[in-house]
Amino acid sequence: MPRSNASSANAETMARQQREISVSEFFLKNRHLLGFDNPRKALLTTVKEAVDNSLDACEEAGLLPELSVEITQTGEKRFRVTVMDNGPGVVRAQVPRIFAKLLYGSKFHRLRMSRGQQGIGISAAGMYGQLTTGTATRILSKVPRGKLAHHIEVQIDTRKNTPTILKDAELEWAPSFPGIGGEGVPAEPRVYSHGTSVAIEMEAHYVRGRLSVDEYLRQCLVANPHLQLHYRVNLLDKEIDNEGQATTPLVEGQWVSWKRTAEALPKPPVEIKPHPHGVELGMMMQMLRDTESRTLRGVLSEDFSRVSSQTALDICTRAGLDAKANPRRIASREVETLYKAVNETKLMRPPTDCLSCIGEPLIVAGLSKEIDAEFCTAVTRDPTVYRGNPFQVEVGIAYARPGGGGGETAADEPVRVMRFANRVPLLYMAGACAVTKAICGVNWKNYGLAQPRGSLPLGPMVVMVHIASVWVPFTSESKEAIAHYPEMIREIGFAVQECGRRLSVHLHRRHREAEAERKRSYIEKYIPHLALGLKDVLNLTDRDEGRVVDHLRRMLERTHLEV
Amino acid sequence: MAGKRKTRERDEGEAVLLSSRADVSRRIVDVGRGVFEDIVRRMRKPSLRFPIRALTNVKYDPKTGYFEIRGKTATRTLSYNTVKTFAQSMRLLATTKKDLLDKNDIAGKREIYYNSKSWGECRFDEQPESDTLLDDMEAMLGVNREQIGYIPEERGGDVAGPLTVVDRNPSTGEVIRINCAKLGTGAWSIPARVEHLEFESDARFILVIETSSLFQRLVHHRYYEKAKCVLISMSGVPTRACRRFIRRLADDRKLPVLVFTDGDPYGYCNIYRTLKVGSGQAAHINRFFCVPQAHYLGVTPQDIIDYKLMDATHPLEDVDIKRAKDALRNDPFIRHHKEWQDALNQMLKMGVRVEQQAFAKHGLNYVLDSYLPDKIRKARFLP
Repeated sequence: MPRSNASSANAETMARQQREISVSEFFLKNRHLLGFDNPRKALLTTVKEAVDNSLDACEEAGLLPELSVEITQTGEKRFRVTVMDNGPGVVRAQVPRIFAKLLYGSKFHRLRMSRGQQGIGISAAGMYGQLTTGTATRILSKVPRGKLAHHIEVQIDTRKNTPTILKDAELEWAPSFPGIGGEGVPAEPRVYSHGTSVAIEMEAHYVRGRLSVDEYLRQCLVANPHLQLHYRVNLLDKEIDNEGQATTPLVEGQWVSWKRTAEALPKPPVEIKPHPHGVELGMMMQMLRDTESRTLRGVLSEDFSRVSSQTALDICTRAGLDAKANPRRIASREVETLYKAVNETKLMRPPTDCLSCIGEPLIVAGLSKEIDAEFCTAVTRDPTVYRGNPFQVEVGIAYARPGGGGGETAADEPVRVMRFANRVPLLYMAGACAVTKAICGVNWKNYGLAQPRGSLPLGPMVVMVHIASVWVPFTSESKEAIAHYPEMIREIGFAVQECGRRLSVHLHRRHREAEAERKRSYIEKYIPHLALGLKDVLNLTDRDEGRVVDHLRRMLERTHLEV
Repeated sequence: MAGKRKTRERDEGEAVLLSSRADVSRRIVDVGRGVFEDIVRRMRKPSLRFPIRALTNVKYDPKTGYFEIRGKTATRTLSYNTVKTFAQSMRLLATTKKDLLDKNDIAGKREIYYNSKSWGECRFDEQPESDTLLDDMEAMLGVNREQIGYIPEERGGDVAGPLTVVDRNPSTGEVIRINCAKLGTGAWSIPARVEHLEFESDARFILVIETSSLFQRLVHHRYYEKAKCVLISMSGVPTRACRRFIRRLADDRKLPVLVFTDGDPYGYCNIYRTLKVGSGQAAHINRFFCVPQAHYLGVTPQDIIDYKLMDATHPLEDVDIKRAKDALRNDPFIRHHKEWQDALNQMLKMGVRVEQQAFAKHGLNYVLDSYLPDKIRKARFLP
């Protein structure tokens, strides 16, 4: 055995360096995992996380959401994002943990369709702001019954993943939104007795275009017709003042407001228990340990969905386990046998009424608002299941009116794809997404669109795909692309094909009409000449000439233009 | 008896060809009336009927001596596809009636084409469009386009020899006499309309020549004095005026007609055949535009051998071979005459064609010193 060198590490010295890594520290170093890889994306991710939280909160509280998003430039590369909602507000004691502790939230531990899943987003945004500007996340929140609002400023202690409270005060505040006036009538600002406002300042970069906050909000409105939104951007304007000094006065932007198009909240999603086929081994061990049931049969039938008492007994028999066994003992020993038996047992598919879809009429309404479409249709598929998780696919397409506001579409460019997961727009990583793959996999030539091999079809068209699920399988924590589950790609394909078929009917009809129109104008061009010739030959009266034109037009249109 | 028949036919031809413009005008009105009645009274799509003008719709009867049109007609019914042509036909009829017949004016085919430019989107884009419609109209009305007032653009042909043409000044009616033997080195041009001409001649026959260069040589050496014949140059396929002139002269003076063309399928089947019996294209008027008394002098395939021209020939080209084979299969005139079939088959077998000028091989004037006198003396012509 070689003698250990004085400088080389041994178990003791190594042990001194070994310590816990907090999640916060991990994500601080790997911020791209959360969608903060560059300043432009950071701004979008922050808006997205704040808006997601607000919408989830409003819907859970049964409130029609009204939100305002304000982006204010505070320095050359610094921006402050302020998102305000009319939600239920946050109880004072919870504020620090919600906004300054990673992996803290209400949504992770339950199987229920919601925008947020892990409880990382808004805290990560705050952490990013803190890291790049040293500022704190400022929260104003008011609950309906409270007299005053809380003003809390928090930072995150990245070592311990705990919040540090910098300011905690009470003040007179209520969320107030710009009014949406009628025709030329300036409306009164709308004030609510409850709501929350989050402001985060960070290093960022504001852009317009396909991967921008603007685009995100516009798509948000398509998928959330019940949302009333106000948006403005205040930018610094570079100017030279009288003394030749460069100054950068803040130019206040105009509020842009979108009225909600649906006055009803979406059907509230129902929380479900995990389906045995969607549970992995480790998860099953955990559930067996955590259960309140005393027997194996009990835990199977009570903590899982679609397992009746009889089915639970069948599973136990199949696994050769005692139905009355202590779940905790099973968890440590025979869990693998149990897991195998569960997966061999035929079970009913999980309940799918837990999903809340947008619905065909509202998709059509949303798309029509977004682009000037000559044809718009939507398909909502019946819910189905991947890996034990229910999911539902909705697809809408809007074919732009020629010459109309095409909404950034063109006849010879790939169609514009809008992807949504649980009503949240996905902007980045389109290429890696199951949605893109499914759309490319459809043969669009059948429906009258050109399509380069294996690519998106070409045409002045928007394809909108919404996937609703209790657990959307993203490829990463930044929630940008949906993983390629075959069940999911197949469902998207079916919905897209149905829309395609309807589009093709429309395009064919339009083609026929255009052809008829062309023929009509051709005929109409020559009929008067025919009549004029006859008139000259026969010295007809103008009235007779008119009769000739009328008769001819009717005869020719009857034979050639009946579509 | 034969003379009487010819005279009567001439009178009839005169009558039809000179049928009054008012008469043609009336026929146009009839066509228009039919179309109008179809549209307004009978509530159906109007249609126009034309005789089909092609070799498939003619028959050859050596007794009458020309291609006679058979009954086949084409109907153009108004539809999406024909509406433009239909409208153009109507406007063309109207223009013809109003501007030409009623005003006693004339117009060239190209002028008609340009005239249509004032019709807006109904105008003719290319002249062939208006030419086709003119031909259709001519056939539909059963008249000859010169009657309607359309003058052909092409030259009618040149005449020289012992012939005096009696013409009249169009405005005064004063008699003008043209002696075609006293034109020096030049020739007299056949006018577009020949019906009013009268002839005085002591010629023995008419010699019709394809190329004008050979015509020039014969005129230069005053061959017509030696042979006592009227020389006429066609410059290719003879125009209607040229055909009608030869016919009238031959009928009037009772002269035989000899035709001298290049020795190739085009010379036989297009130039000579058209001159003698008319064409498929103008089938409806062939009876006036044919020269049944014509005979073919040369150059025949046998002449190539008899006059030792083998080394002055050109190989037959694909188009020549195709033309000869087509004629053997489809041309009613060729199919009627065994001699012509033999001649064409002989030519195909030899695989060569020969031009009129080839005789220059034996000396520039060999053609008029030896060839023509020899052929005329032997008098063995093709029908």
